[in-house]
Amino acid sequence: MINAPVILTEGLTRHFDDIIAVDDLNLEIYPGEVLGFLGHNGAGKTTTVRLLNGVLTPTSGKAQVLGLDPSTDGAELRRRTGVLTETPSVDERLTGYENLAIFAALFNIPPAAVESRVAEVLEIFQLTDRAGDRVSEYSKGMKQKLALARAIIHQPELLFLDEPTSGLDPVITRQVHTLIRELSRDGNHTVFLCTHNLAEAQRLCDRVAVLENGRMVALGSPAELARDLWKGMRLEVETTTEAIPAAIKALTAIPDTREVVQEQGHPVISLSLNLRDQVPGVVSCLVAAGVPIFRLTPKEPTLEDIYFALHENHKEMPA
Amino acid sequence: MNWRAIKAIVQRDLLAVFRSKGVMLPLIIVPLIFMIILPGAFGLLMPVLNELPGVNTPDITLFLERLPPALLARFEGYTTDQLMIVFMLVYMFAPMFLIIPLMVASVVASDSFAGEKERKTLEALIYTPTTDLELFVGKMLSAMIPALVVSLVGFLLYGLTANIAAWPIMGRIFFPNAAWIILVLWVAPATAATGLGATVIVSSKVNSFQEANQIAGIIVLPILALVLGQISGVMYFGVLVTVLLGLVLWVAGGILLFFGVRTFRRSEILAKR
Ligand SMILES: Nc1ncnc2c1ncn2[C@@H]1O[C@H](COP(=O)(O)OP(=O)(O)OP(=O)(O)O)[C@@H](O)[C@H]1O
Ligand SMILES: [Mg+2]
Repeated sequence: MINAPVILTEGLTRHFDDIIAVDDLNLEIYPGEVLGFLGHNGAGKTTTVRLLNGVLTPTSGKAQVLGLDPSTDGAELRRRTGVLTETPSVDERLTGYENLAIFAALFNIPPAAVESRVAEVLEIFQLTDRAGDRVSEYSKGMKQKLALARAIIHQPELLFLDEPTSGLDPVITRQVHTLIRELSRDGNHTVFLCTHNLAEAQRLCDRVAVLENGRMVALGSPAELARDLWKGMRLEVETTTEAIPAAIKALTAIPDTREVVQEQGHPVISLSLNLRDQVPGVVSCLVAAGVPIFRLTPKEPTLEDIYFALHENHKEMPA
Repeated sequence: MNWRAIKAIVQRDLLAVFRSKGVMLPLIIVPLIFMIILPGAFGLLMPVLNELPGVNTPDITLFLERLPPALLARFEGYTTDQLMIVFMLVYMFAPMFLIIPLMVASVVASDSFAGEKERKTLEALIYTPTTDLELFVGKMLSAMIPALVVSLVGFLLYGLTANIAAWPIMGRIFFPNAAWIILVLWVAPATAATGLGATVIVSSKVNSFQEANQIAGIIVLPILALVLGQISGVMYFGVLVTVLLGLVLWVAGGILLFFGVRTFRRSEILAKR
Protein backbone atom coordinates (compact mmCIF):
# COMPACT_ATOMS: atom_id res chain seq x y z
CA MET A 1 0.00 0.00 0.00
CA ILE A 2 1.23 3.48 -0.78
CA ASN A 3 -0.39 5.29 2.11
CA ALA A 4 1.52 5.80 5.32
CA PRO A 5 0.18 3.57 8.08
CA VAL A 6 -2.33 5.08 10.48
CA ILE A 7 -1.04 2.91 13.28
CA LEU A 8 2.47 1.58 13.43
CA THR A 9 3.87 -0.16 16.47
CA GLU A 10 7.27 -1.65 17.05
CA GLY A 11 7.75 -3.96 19.97
CA LEU A 12 5.04 -2.18 21.92
CA THR A 13 5.02 -3.65 25.43
CA ARG A 14 3.28 -2.83 28.68
CA HIS A 15 3.77 -4.54 32.02
CA PHE A 16 1.67 -4.21 35.16
CA ASP A 17 3.97 -5.46 37.88
CA ASP A 18 4.49 -9.07 36.85
CA ILE A 19 1.63 -9.19 34.33
CA ILE A 20 2.61 -8.60 30.72
CA ALA A 21 -0.56 -7.04 29.38
CA VAL A 22 0.82 -6.24 25.91
CA ASP A 23 3.87 -8.11 24.72
CA ASP A 24 6.05 -7.01 21.81
CA LEU A 25 3.21 -5.87 19.56
CA ASN A 26 4.08 -5.13 15.94
CA LEU A 27 1.15 -3.73 13.97
CA GLU A 28 0.66 -1.77 10.79
CA ILE A 29 -2.78 -0.47 10.00
CA TYR A 30 -3.63 1.53 6.90
CA PRO A 31 -6.16 4.29 6.23
CA GLY A 32 -9.66 3.02 5.59
CA GLU A 33 -9.06 -0.34 7.19
CA VAL A 34 -11.36 -1.92 9.73
CA LEU A 35 -9.13 -3.94 11.98
CA GLY A 36 -10.68 -6.52 14.26
CA PHE A 37 -8.79 -6.93 17.48
CA LEU A 38 -9.71 -10.28 18.97
CA GLY A 39 -8.70 -12.11 22.09
CA HIS A 40 -9.92 -13.70 25.28
CA ASN A 41 -10.78 -11.64 28.36
CA GLY A 42 -7.56 -10.17 29.66
CA ALA A 43 -5.70 -10.67 26.37
CA GLY A 44 -4.61 -7.02 26.31
CA LYS A 45 -7.06 -5.36 23.94
CA THR A 46 -8.08 -2.47 26.18
CA THR A 47 -4.49 -1.90 27.26
CA THR A 48 -3.49 -1.63 23.58
CA VAL A 49 -6.19 0.98 22.95
CA ARG A 50 -4.89 2.97 25.91
CA LEU A 51 -1.31 2.78 24.71
CA LEU A 52 -2.29 3.87 21.20
CA ASN A 53 -4.09 6.95 22.55
CA GLY A 54 -1.30 8.05 24.82
CA VAL A 55 -3.30 7.66 28.02
CA LEU A 56 -0.98 4.93 29.26
CA THR A 57 2.75 4.84 28.70
CA PRO A 58 4.44 1.76 27.26
CA THR A 59 7.04 -0.10 29.29
CA SER A 60 9.07 -0.47 26.11
CA GLY A 61 8.71 -0.27 22.36
CA LYS A 62 7.10 2.53 20.43
CA ALA A 63 4.01 3.49 18.54
CA GLN A 64 3.13 5.98 15.88
CA VAL A 65 -0.50 6.88 15.45
CA LEU A 66 -1.61 9.31 12.72
CA GLY A 67 2.05 10.21 12.46
CA LEU A 68 2.25 11.23 16.11
CA ASP A 69 3.92 9.66 19.10
CA PRO A 70 1.14 8.92 21.60
CA SER A 71 3.38 9.29 24.63
CA THR A 72 4.54 12.79 23.72
CA ASP A 73 1.78 14.20 21.49
CA GLY A 74 -1.16 12.60 23.26
CA ALA A 75 -3.34 15.71 23.41
CA GLU A 76 -2.81 16.51 19.73
CA LEU A 77 -3.45 12.88 18.81
CA ARG A 78 -6.67 12.60 20.81
CA ARG A 79 -8.11 15.52 18.84
CA ARG A 80 -8.18 13.15 15.88
CA THR A 81 -9.13 9.86 17.50
CA GLY A 82 -12.43 8.82 18.97
CA VAL A 83 -12.67 6.15 21.62
CA LEU A 84 -15.62 4.14 22.77
CA THR A 85 -14.48 2.79 26.12
CA GLU A 86 -15.51 -0.63 27.29
CA THR A 87 -17.83 0.74 29.99
CA PRO A 88 -20.00 3.49 28.47
CA SER A 89 -18.78 6.00 31.09
CA VAL A 90 -21.50 8.52 30.35
CA ASP A 91 -22.48 10.98 33.04
CA GLU A 92 -25.64 9.66 34.67
CA ARG A 93 -26.56 12.92 36.35
CA LEU A 94 -26.52 14.84 33.09
CA THR A 95 -28.97 14.60 30.24
CA GLY A 96 -28.03 12.95 26.96
CA TYR A 97 -27.81 16.36 25.33
CA GLU A 98 -25.58 17.78 28.05
CA ASN A 99 -23.25 14.80 27.86
CA LEU A 100 -22.75 15.38 24.16
CA ALA A 101 -22.57 19.17 24.26
CA ILE A 102 -19.85 19.09 26.90
CA PHE A 103 -17.75 16.68 24.90
CA ALA A 104 -18.33 18.75 21.78
CA ALA A 105 -16.67 21.63 23.65
CA LEU A 106 -13.88 19.40 24.92
CA PHE A 107 -13.19 18.30 21.35
CA ASN A 108 -13.19 21.93 20.31
CA ILE A 109 -16.12 21.82 17.90
CA PRO A 110 -16.83 25.49 17.05
CA PRO A 111 -19.45 26.83 19.51
CA ALA A 112 -21.84 27.76 16.72
CA ALA A 113 -21.77 24.21 15.35
CA VAL A 114 -22.24 22.38 18.64
CA GLU A 115 -26.01 22.33 18.66
CA SER A 116 -26.41 21.04 15.13
CA ARG A 117 -23.69 18.43 15.49
CA VAL A 118 -25.18 17.16 18.75
CA ALA A 119 -28.60 16.96 17.09
CA GLU A 120 -27.06 15.07 14.20
CA VAL A 121 -25.47 12.32 16.29
CA LEU A 122 -28.54 12.07 18.50
CA GLU A 123 -30.50 11.44 15.34
CA ILE A 124 -28.09 8.78 14.09
CA PHE A 125 -28.57 6.80 17.28
CA GLN A 126 -32.28 7.59 17.62
CA LEU A 127 -31.88 9.34 20.93
CA THR A 128 -33.44 12.63 19.90
CA ASP A 129 -36.67 12.02 21.82
CA ARG A 130 -34.82 11.21 25.02
CA ALA A 131 -32.08 13.83 24.72
CA GLY A 132 -33.55 15.91 27.53
CA ASP A 133 -33.76 13.04 30.02
CA ARG A 134 -31.17 12.27 32.63
CA VAL A 135 -28.94 9.43 31.54
CA SER A 136 -29.67 7.61 34.80
CA GLU A 137 -33.09 6.95 33.29
CA TYR A 138 -31.64 5.37 30.13
CA SER A 139 -31.49 1.64 29.45
CA LYS A 140 -28.12 -0.07 29.15
CA GLY A 141 -28.30 -0.07 25.37
CA MET A 142 -29.25 3.61 25.26
CA LYS A 143 -26.22 4.48 27.34
CA GLN A 144 -24.08 2.49 24.95
CA LYS A 145 -25.59 4.37 22.02
CA LEU A 146 -24.95 7.68 23.74
CA ALA A 147 -21.33 6.68 24.30
CA LEU A 148 -21.05 5.79 20.62
CA ALA A 149 -22.55 9.13 19.65
CA ARG A 150 -20.00 10.82 21.87
CA ALA A 151 -17.13 8.85 20.34
CA ILE A 152 -17.91 10.10 16.83
CA ILE A 153 -19.10 13.61 17.67
CA HIS A 154 -15.87 15.24 16.45
CA GLN A 155 -15.70 13.05 13.32
CA PRO A 156 -12.44 11.35 14.21
CA GLU A 157 -10.19 9.94 11.50
CA LEU A 158 -9.38 6.97 13.66
CA LEU A 159 -12.07 5.36 15.75
CA PHE A 160 -11.37 2.88 18.52
CA LEU A 161 -14.36 0.81 19.50
CA ASP A 162 -13.99 -1.42 22.55
CA GLU A 163 -16.82 -3.94 22.26
CA PRO A 164 -19.28 -1.53 20.64
CA THR A 165 -22.25 -3.84 20.28
CA SER A 166 -22.26 -5.50 23.68
CA GLY A 167 -25.67 -4.88 25.17
CA LEU A 168 -27.28 -3.64 21.98
CA ASP A 169 -30.38 -5.16 20.45
CA PRO A 170 -30.13 -6.73 16.96
CA VAL A 171 -31.59 -3.70 15.20
CA ILE A 172 -29.16 -1.25 16.71
CA THR A 173 -26.31 -3.73 16.32
CA ARG A 174 -26.99 -3.80 12.62
CA GLN A 175 -27.06 0.00 12.52
CA VAL A 176 -23.71 0.13 14.25
CA HIS A 177 -22.33 -2.30 11.72
CA THR A 178 -23.66 -0.18 8.89
CA LEU A 179 -22.11 2.88 10.49
CA ILE A 180 -18.71 1.20 10.76
CA ARG A 181 -18.90 0.13 7.12
CA GLU A 182 -19.93 3.56 5.94
CA LEU A 183 -17.15 5.17 7.91
CA SER A 184 -14.50 2.93 6.41
CA ARG A 185 -15.90 3.06 2.89
CA ASP A 186 -14.71 6.59 2.14
CA GLY A 187 -11.15 5.49 2.81
CA ASN A 188 -10.45 8.29 5.26
CA HIS A 189 -11.69 6.65 8.40
CA THR A 190 -9.94 3.81 10.10
CA VAL A 191 -11.64 1.65 12.68
CA PHE A 192 -9.92 -0.34 15.40
CA LEU A 193 -12.55 -2.75 16.60
CA CYS A 194 -12.05 -4.77 19.78
CA THR A 195 -14.66 -7.45 19.92
CA HIS A 196 -15.57 -10.84 21.28
CA ASN A 197 -18.18 -11.21 18.60
CA LEU A 198 -16.50 -13.29 15.92
CA ALA A 199 -19.38 -13.12 13.50
CA GLU A 200 -19.20 -9.34 13.78
CA ALA A 201 -15.47 -9.36 13.10
CA GLN A 202 -15.92 -11.65 10.14
CA ARG A 203 -18.59 -9.45 8.66
CA LEU A 204 -16.92 -6.11 9.17
CA CYS A 205 -13.18 -6.45 9.30
CA ASP A 206 -10.69 -6.22 6.48
CA ARG A 207 -8.13 -7.83 8.72
CA VAL A 208 -8.17 -9.30 12.17
CA ALA A 209 -5.46 -9.55 14.76
CA VAL A 210 -5.71 -12.24 17.39
CA LEU A 211 -4.16 -11.53 20.74
CA GLU A 212 -3.30 -14.10 23.34
CA ASN A 213 -1.81 -13.17 26.70
CA GLY A 214 -0.63 -9.90 25.24
CA ARG A 215 1.03 -11.50 22.21
CA MET A 216 -0.29 -11.24 18.70
CA VAL A 217 -0.66 -14.77 17.43
CA ALA A 218 -2.25 -14.05 14.06
CA LEU A 219 -2.85 -11.13 11.72
CA GLY A 220 -4.55 -11.17 8.35
CA SER A 221 -7.85 -11.10 6.52
CA PRO A 222 -10.29 -13.78 7.61
CA ALA A 223 -9.65 -15.54 4.26
CA GLU A 224 -5.88 -15.42 4.73
CA LEU A 225 -6.14 -16.77 8.20
CA ALA A 226 -8.39 -19.53 6.95
CA ARG A 227 -5.86 -20.49 4.31
CA ASP A 228 -2.92 -20.38 6.68
CA LEU A 229 -4.43 -21.76 9.79
CA TRP A 230 -7.25 -23.98 8.71
CA LYS A 231 -5.68 -27.01 7.16
CA GLY A 232 -8.79 -29.16 7.23
CA MET A 233 -12.24 -28.57 5.88
CA ARG A 234 -15.81 -28.85 7.00
CA LEU A 235 -18.42 -30.82 5.09
CA GLU A 236 -22.16 -30.85 5.30
CA VAL A 237 -24.07 -33.97 4.22
CA GLU A 238 -27.82 -33.97 3.70
CA THR A 239 -29.56 -37.31 3.91
CA THR A 240 -32.85 -38.62 5.34
CA THR A 241 -33.89 -38.73 8.96
CA GLU A 242 -34.01 -42.53 8.86
CA ALA A 243 -30.47 -42.80 7.50
CA ILE A 244 -28.92 -40.52 10.13
CA PRO A 245 -27.77 -43.23 12.60
CA ALA A 246 -26.22 -45.32 9.81
CA ALA A 247 -24.53 -42.26 8.34
CA ILE A 248 -23.05 -41.19 11.67
CA LYS A 249 -21.80 -44.71 12.29
CA ALA A 250 -20.16 -44.92 8.86
CA LEU A 251 -18.60 -41.46 9.12
CA THR A 252 -17.11 -41.88 12.58
CA ALA A 253 -15.55 -45.15 11.37
CA ILE A 254 -13.45 -43.25 8.81
CA PRO A 255 -10.03 -42.40 10.29
CA ASP A 256 -9.37 -38.67 10.73
CA THR A 257 -12.98 -37.46 10.64
CA ARG A 258 -13.82 -35.20 13.58
CA GLU A 259 -16.81 -33.49 15.11
CA VAL A 260 -19.40 -35.62 13.38
CA VAL A 261 -22.69 -34.08 14.50
CA GLN A 262 -26.24 -33.83 13.33
CA GLU A 263 -27.54 -30.33 12.76
CA GLN A 264 -30.32 -29.76 15.26
CA GLY A 265 -33.70 -30.77 13.80
CA HIS A 266 -32.46 -31.37 10.24
CA PRO A 267 -31.43 -34.52 8.38
CA VAL A 268 -28.01 -32.91 7.96
CA ILE A 269 -24.68 -34.03 9.36
CA SER A 270 -21.62 -31.85 9.55
CA LEU A 271 -18.08 -33.10 10.02
CA SER A 272 -14.49 -31.95 9.84
CA LEU A 273 -11.78 -33.52 7.74
CA ASN A 274 -8.07 -32.98 7.91
CA LEU A 275 -7.63 -32.92 4.17
CA ARG A 276 -9.64 -32.13 1.07
CA ASP A 277 -8.33 -35.39 -0.44
CA GLN A 278 -10.54 -37.33 1.93
CA VAL A 279 -13.80 -36.11 0.37
CA PRO A 280 -14.13 -38.89 -2.28
CA GLY A 281 -13.47 -41.49 0.43
CA VAL A 282 -16.29 -40.03 2.51
CA VAL A 283 -18.67 -40.25 -0.43
CA SER A 284 -17.89 -43.87 -1.26
CA CYS A 285 -18.09 -44.82 2.38
CA LEU A 286 -21.58 -43.34 2.67
CA VAL A 287 -22.69 -45.02 -0.56
CA ALA A 288 -21.33 -48.35 0.68
CA ALA A 289 -23.34 -47.94 3.88
CA GLY A 290 -26.49 -47.40 1.83
CA VAL A 291 -26.95 -43.81 3.00
CA PRO A 292 -28.86 -41.70 0.44
CA ILE A 293 -27.01 -38.45 -0.31
CA PHE A 294 -29.08 -35.43 -1.33
CA ARG A 295 -26.39 -32.83 -0.92
CA LEU A 296 -22.74 -32.66 0.05
CA THR A 297 -21.31 -29.19 0.58
CA PRO A 298 -17.85 -28.08 1.63
CA LYS A 299 -18.10 -25.18 4.09
CA GLU A 300 -15.83 -22.17 4.46
CA PRO A 301 -14.41 -22.08 7.95
CA THR A 302 -15.88 -19.29 10.01
CA LEU A 303 -13.72 -16.93 11.98
CA GLU A 304 -14.97 -18.86 14.95
CA ASP A 305 -13.46 -22.08 13.61
CA ILE A 306 -10.18 -20.29 13.01
CA TYR A 307 -10.20 -18.61 16.39
CA PHE A 308 -10.64 -21.86 18.23
CA ALA A 309 -8.12 -23.67 16.06
CA LEU A 310 -5.64 -20.91 16.81
CA HIS A 311 -6.13 -21.16 20.53
CA GLU A 312 -5.86 -24.94 20.32
CA ASN A 313 -2.51 -24.59 18.56
CA HIS A 314 -1.23 -22.24 21.20
CA LYS A 315 -2.32 -24.44 24.02
CA GLU A 316 -0.17 -27.22 22.59
CA MET A 317 2.80 -24.96 22.13
CA PRO A 318 5.23 -24.85 25.04
CA ALA A 319 5.12 -21.41 26.66
CA MET B 1 -4.30 26.36 28.44
CA ASN B 2 -7.53 25.70 26.61
CA TRP B 3 -10.01 27.73 28.66
CA ARG B 4 -13.00 26.53 26.70
CA ALA B 5 -12.22 22.96 27.68
CA ILE B 6 -11.69 23.99 31.29
CA LYS B 7 -15.01 25.79 31.27
CA ALA B 8 -16.71 22.68 29.89
CA ILE B 9 -15.24 20.57 32.67
CA VAL B 10 -16.38 23.06 35.31
CA GLN B 11 -19.86 23.17 33.81
CA ARG B 12 -20.09 19.43 33.81
CA ASP B 13 -18.91 19.03 37.39
CA LEU B 14 -21.15 21.80 38.69
CA LEU B 15 -24.21 20.41 36.92
CA ALA B 16 -23.44 17.04 38.44
CA VAL B 17 -23.03 18.59 41.90
CA PHE B 18 -26.31 20.46 41.72
CA ARG B 19 -28.11 17.26 40.85
CA SER B 20 -26.67 15.12 43.59
CA LYS B 21 -28.46 15.07 46.93
CA GLY B 22 -25.45 13.52 48.63
CA VAL B 23 -23.37 16.51 47.66
CA MET B 24 -25.93 19.30 47.91
CA LEU B 25 -27.26 18.40 51.34
CA PRO B 26 -24.10 19.20 53.33
CA LEU B 27 -23.58 22.29 51.20
CA ILE B 28 -26.90 23.66 52.38
CA ILE B 29 -27.22 22.33 55.90
CA VAL B 30 -23.80 23.18 57.30
CA PRO B 31 -23.92 26.90 56.42
CA LEU B 32 -27.50 27.03 57.64
CA ILE B 33 -26.51 25.77 61.07
CA PHE B 34 -23.29 27.69 61.54
CA MET B 35 -24.19 30.92 59.86
CA ILE B 36 -27.86 31.39 60.75
CA ILE B 37 -29.22 29.11 63.41
CA LEU B 38 -26.35 29.21 65.91
CA PRO B 39 -25.56 32.95 65.78
CA GLY B 40 -29.26 33.81 65.61
CA ALA B 41 -29.99 31.70 68.66
CA PHE B 42 -27.04 33.13 70.50
CA GLY B 43 -27.90 36.75 69.75
CA LEU B 44 -31.51 36.30 70.75
CA LEU B 45 -30.87 34.19 73.81
CA MET B 46 -27.97 36.21 75.20
CA PRO B 47 -30.12 38.41 77.44
CA VAL B 48 -31.89 35.34 78.78
CA LEU B 49 -28.63 33.43 79.21
CA ASN B 50 -27.34 36.16 81.45
CA GLU B 51 -30.19 35.62 83.87
CA LEU B 52 -29.46 31.92 84.19
CA PRO B 53 -27.66 30.76 87.30
CA GLY B 54 -24.16 29.47 86.53
CA VAL B 55 -23.53 31.84 83.70
CA ASN B 56 -22.45 34.97 85.43
CA THR B 57 -21.07 38.11 84.03
CA PRO B 58 -18.28 38.53 86.59
CA ASP B 59 -16.44 35.60 84.97
CA ILE B 60 -16.48 37.37 81.68
CA THR B 61 -15.44 40.63 83.24
CA LEU B 62 -12.52 38.77 84.77
CA PHE B 63 -11.61 37.26 81.41
CA LEU B 64 -11.75 40.62 79.72
CA GLU B 65 -9.57 42.17 82.37
CA ARG B 66 -6.83 39.73 81.49
CA LEU B 67 -6.72 40.88 77.86
CA PRO B 68 -3.85 43.17 76.87
CA PRO B 69 -4.78 46.83 77.33
CA ALA B 70 -4.28 47.58 73.65
CA LEU B 71 -7.05 45.16 72.84
CA LEU B 72 -9.29 46.38 75.56
CA ALA B 73 -9.01 49.85 74.20
CA ARG B 74 -10.73 48.61 71.08
CA PHE B 75 -13.77 47.60 73.11
CA GLU B 76 -14.08 50.89 74.95
CA GLY B 77 -17.58 52.12 75.50
CA TYR B 78 -19.21 48.67 75.37
CA THR B 79 -21.35 47.34 78.18
CA THR B 80 -20.58 43.85 79.44
CA ASP B 81 -23.48 42.39 77.45
CA GLN B 82 -22.29 44.10 74.34
CA LEU B 83 -18.77 42.88 74.96
CA MET B 84 -20.10 39.39 75.31
CA ILE B 85 -21.92 39.68 71.96
CA VAL B 86 -18.90 41.09 70.18
CA PHE B 87 -16.64 38.50 71.76
CA MET B 88 -18.84 35.64 70.60
CA LEU B 89 -20.18 36.78 67.27
CA VAL B 90 -17.12 38.54 65.97
CA TYR B 91 -14.40 36.31 67.32
CA MET B 92 -15.62 32.92 68.51
CA PHE B 93 -17.70 32.31 65.39
CA ALA B 94 -14.89 33.03 62.97
CA PRO B 95 -13.57 29.44 62.98
CA MET B 96 -17.09 28.17 62.34
CA PHE B 97 -17.26 30.40 59.31
CA LEU B 98 -14.05 28.90 57.95
CA ILE B 99 -15.56 25.44 58.19
CA ILE B 100 -17.69 26.41 55.19
CA PRO B 101 -15.01 26.84 52.52
CA LEU B 102 -13.17 23.87 54.00
CA MET B 103 -16.19 21.62 53.89
CA VAL B 104 -17.58 22.72 50.54
CA ALA B 105 -14.23 22.40 48.77
CA SER B 106 -13.70 19.01 50.31
CA VAL B 107 -17.16 17.59 49.54
CA VAL B 108 -17.16 18.79 45.94
CA ALA B 109 -13.59 17.64 45.35
CA SER B 110 -14.38 14.20 46.81
CA ASP B 111 -17.21 13.98 44.32
CA SER B 112 -15.30 15.22 41.32
CA PHE B 113 -12.02 13.39 41.95
CA ALA B 114 -12.86 10.14 43.79
CA GLY B 115 -16.54 10.02 42.81
CA GLU B 116 -15.61 10.34 39.18
CA LYS B 117 -13.45 7.24 39.44
CA GLU B 118 -16.29 5.42 41.14
CA ARG B 119 -18.76 6.35 38.42
CA LYS B 120 -16.19 5.42 35.76
CA THR B 121 -16.81 8.67 33.94
CA LEU B 122 -13.21 9.78 34.22
CA GLU B 123 -12.15 7.40 31.50
CA ALA B 124 -14.13 9.26 28.86
CA LEU B 125 -12.56 12.56 29.93
CA ILE B 126 -9.14 10.98 29.78
CA TYR B 127 -9.58 10.28 26.08
CA THR B 128 -10.29 13.93 25.25
CA PRO B 129 -7.57 16.21 23.90
CA THR B 130 -7.33 18.06 27.23
CA THR B 131 -3.99 17.98 28.98
CA ASP B 132 -3.62 16.57 32.49
CA LEU B 133 -3.17 20.10 33.80
CA GLU B 134 -6.33 21.38 32.09
CA LEU B 135 -8.33 18.53 33.57
CA PHE B 136 -6.88 19.27 36.97
CA VAL B 137 -7.49 23.01 36.78
CA GLY B 138 -11.06 22.37 35.63
CA LYS B 139 -11.72 20.10 38.57
CA MET B 140 -9.97 22.46 40.95
CA LEU B 141 -12.17 25.35 39.86
CA SER B 142 -15.25 23.11 40.16
CA ALA B 143 -14.49 22.82 43.86
CA MET B 144 -13.20 26.36 44.46
CA ILE B 145 -16.11 28.18 42.84
CA PRO B 146 -18.85 26.67 45.03
CA ALA B 147 -16.60 26.96 48.08
CA LEU B 148 -16.20 30.69 47.51
CA VAL B 149 -19.79 31.33 46.52
CA VAL B 150 -21.20 29.46 49.51
CA SER B 151 -18.71 31.23 51.82
CA LEU B 152 -19.74 34.61 50.50
CA VAL B 153 -23.42 33.86 50.80
CA GLY B 154 -22.80 32.40 54.26
CA PHE B 155 -20.95 35.53 55.29
CA LEU B 156 -23.74 37.82 54.09
CA LEU B 157 -26.38 35.77 55.86
CA TYR B 158 -24.27 35.65 58.98
CA GLY B 159 -23.80 39.41 58.93
CA LEU B 160 -27.53 39.92 58.64
CA THR B 161 -28.37 37.38 61.32
CA ALA B 162 -25.78 38.64 63.77
CA ASN B 163 -26.73 42.30 63.41
CA ILE B 164 -30.44 41.64 63.57
CA ALA B 165 -30.35 39.15 66.44
CA ALA B 166 -28.05 41.32 68.52
CA TRP B 167 -29.79 44.59 67.72
CA PRO B 168 -31.68 44.78 71.03
CA ILE B 169 -28.39 44.75 72.90
CA MET B 170 -26.04 46.43 70.46
CA GLY B 171 -28.32 49.07 69.00
CA ARG B 172 -25.89 49.52 66.11
CA ILE B 173 -24.34 47.63 63.24
CA PHE B 174 -21.24 46.04 64.72
CA PHE B 175 -20.41 43.44 62.11
CA PRO B 176 -18.19 42.97 60.13
CA ASN B 177 -14.94 44.47 61.25
CA ALA B 178 -11.81 44.76 59.13
CA ALA B 179 -10.44 41.41 60.26
CA TRP B 180 -13.62 39.70 59.03
CA ILE B 181 -13.27 41.25 55.61
CA ILE B 182 -9.78 39.79 55.44
CA LEU B 183 -11.22 36.52 56.66
CA VAL B 184 -13.76 36.37 53.86
CA LEU B 185 -11.63 37.61 51.02
CA TRP B 186 -8.26 36.16 51.90
CA VAL B 187 -8.37 33.47 54.57
CA ALA B 188 -11.50 31.65 53.30
CA PRO B 189 -10.13 31.06 49.78
CA ALA B 190 -6.87 29.87 51.33
CA THR B 191 -8.82 27.49 53.56
CA ALA B 192 -10.72 26.19 50.55
CA ALA B 193 -7.46 25.62 48.68
CA THR B 194 -6.04 23.70 51.63
CA GLY B 195 -9.14 21.51 51.98
CA LEU B 196 -9.13 20.96 48.24
CA GLY B 197 -5.46 19.98 48.12
CA ALA B 198 -5.88 17.55 50.99
CA THR B 199 -8.95 16.00 49.40
CA VAL B 200 -7.27 15.61 46.01
CA ILE B 201 -4.46 13.66 47.66
CA VAL B 202 -6.89 11.51 49.66
CA SER B 203 -8.96 10.94 46.49
CA SER B 204 -5.97 9.59 44.61
CA LYS B 205 -5.71 6.80 47.17
CA VAL B 206 -9.35 5.74 47.36
CA ASN B 207 -11.99 4.66 44.89
CA SER B 208 -15.25 6.21 46.01
CA PHE B 209 -16.87 9.47 46.98
CA GLN B 210 -17.87 8.09 50.38
CA GLU B 211 -14.37 6.89 51.20
CA ALA B 212 -12.80 10.17 50.15
CA ASN B 213 -15.39 12.14 52.02
CA GLN B 214 -15.02 10.07 55.15
CA ILE B 215 -11.24 10.06 55.25
CA ALA B 216 -11.15 13.76 54.49
CA GLY B 217 -13.88 14.39 57.05
CA ILE B 218 -12.51 12.24 59.84
CA ILE B 219 -8.77 12.71 59.66
CA VAL B 220 -7.79 15.66 57.55
CA LEU B 221 -10.44 18.23 58.24
CA PRO B 222 -10.35 18.02 62.05
CA ILE B 223 -6.61 18.65 61.98
CA LEU B 224 -7.20 21.70 59.83
CA ALA B 225 -10.11 22.72 62.01
CA LEU B 226 -7.79 22.65 65.01
CA VAL B 227 -5.48 25.07 63.26
CA LEU B 228 -8.41 27.22 62.23
CA GLY B 229 -9.66 27.21 65.82
CA GLN B 230 -6.78 29.55 66.54
CA ILE B 231 -8.27 32.13 64.22
CA SER B 232 -10.30 33.75 66.99
CA GLY B 233 -7.13 34.34 68.97
CA VAL B 234 -5.33 35.55 65.89
CA MET B 235 -8.03 38.02 65.02
CA TYR B 236 -7.68 39.85 68.34
CA PHE B 237 -4.30 40.86 67.13
CA GLY B 238 -5.81 42.61 64.19
CA VAL B 239 -5.67 42.69 60.47
CA LEU B 240 -1.99 42.07 59.89
CA VAL B 241 -1.84 38.84 61.86
CA THR B 242 -4.98 37.62 60.11
CA VAL B 243 -3.37 38.33 56.77
CA LEU B 244 -0.34 36.35 57.88
CA LEU B 245 -2.43 33.37 58.94
CA GLY B 246 -4.08 33.45 55.52
CA LEU B 247 -0.67 33.44 53.95
CA VAL B 248 0.34 30.39 55.94
CA LEU B 249 -2.81 28.64 54.75
CA TRP B 250 -2.15 29.64 51.14
CA VAL B 251 1.32 28.16 51.39
CA ALA B 252 -0.07 24.95 52.93
CA GLY B 253 -2.76 24.77 50.23
CA GLY B 254 -0.17 25.47 47.55
CA ILE B 255 2.04 22.63 48.77
CA LEU B 256 -0.89 20.21 48.96
CA LEU B 257 -2.07 21.17 45.49
CA PHE B 258 1.45 20.83 44.13
CA PHE B 259 1.48 17.22 45.30
CA GLY B 260 -2.14 16.85 44.22
CA VAL B 261 -1.32 17.77 40.62
CA ARG B 262 1.32 15.07 40.60
CA THR B 263 -1.24 12.42 41.55
CA PHE B 264 -3.38 13.54 38.63
CA ARG B 265 -1.69 12.14 35.55
CA ARG B 266 -3.91 10.16 33.25
CA SER B 267 -1.24 7.54 32.67
CA GLU B 268 -0.87 7.06 36.42
CA ILE B 269 -4.60 6.98 37.02
CA LEU B 270 -5.15 4.22 34.45
CA ALA B 271 -2.12 2.27 35.66
CA LYS B 272 -3.78 1.92 39.04
CA ARG B 273 -6.48 -0.53 39.84
N1 LIG C 1 -4.34 -1.04 35.59
C1 LIG C 1 -4.00 -2.33 35.63
N2 LIG C 1 -3.33 -2.84 36.67
C2 LIG C 1 -2.97 -4.13 36.71
N3 LIG C 1 -3.22 -5.00 35.72
C3 LIG C 1 -3.88 -4.57 34.65
C4 LIG C 1 -4.32 -3.22 34.55
N4 LIG C 1 -4.95 -3.07 33.36
C5 LIG C 1 -4.93 -4.28 32.78
N5 LIG C 1 -4.29 -5.18 33.54
C6 LIG C 1 -4.05 -6.59 33.20
O1 LIG C 1 -3.55 -6.65 31.90
C7 LIG C 1 -4.12 -7.73 31.20
C8 LIG C 1 -4.81 -7.21 29.95
O2 LIG C 1 -5.96 -6.48 30.31
P1 LIG C 1 -6.92 -5.77 29.26
O3 LIG C 1 -7.91 -5.01 30.01
O4 LIG C 1 -6.09 -5.04 28.28
O5 LIG C 1 -7.60 -7.03 28.56
P2 LIG C 1 -8.77 -7.08 27.48
O6 LIG C 1 -8.24 -7.85 26.33
O7 LIG C 1 -9.29 -5.75 27.21
O8 LIG C 1 -9.85 -7.98 28.23
P3 LIG C 1 -11.47 -7.92 28.15
O9 LIG C 1 -11.86 -8.67 26.94
O10 LIG C 1 -11.87 -8.63 29.38
O11 LIG C 1 -11.88 -6.50 28.14
C9 LIG C 1 -5.04 -8.44 32.18
O12 LIG C 1 -4.33 -9.51 32.73
C10 LIG C 1 -5.32 -7.38 33.21
O13 LIG C 1 -5.54 -7.99 34.45
MG1 LIG D 1 -11.09 -4.90 27.46
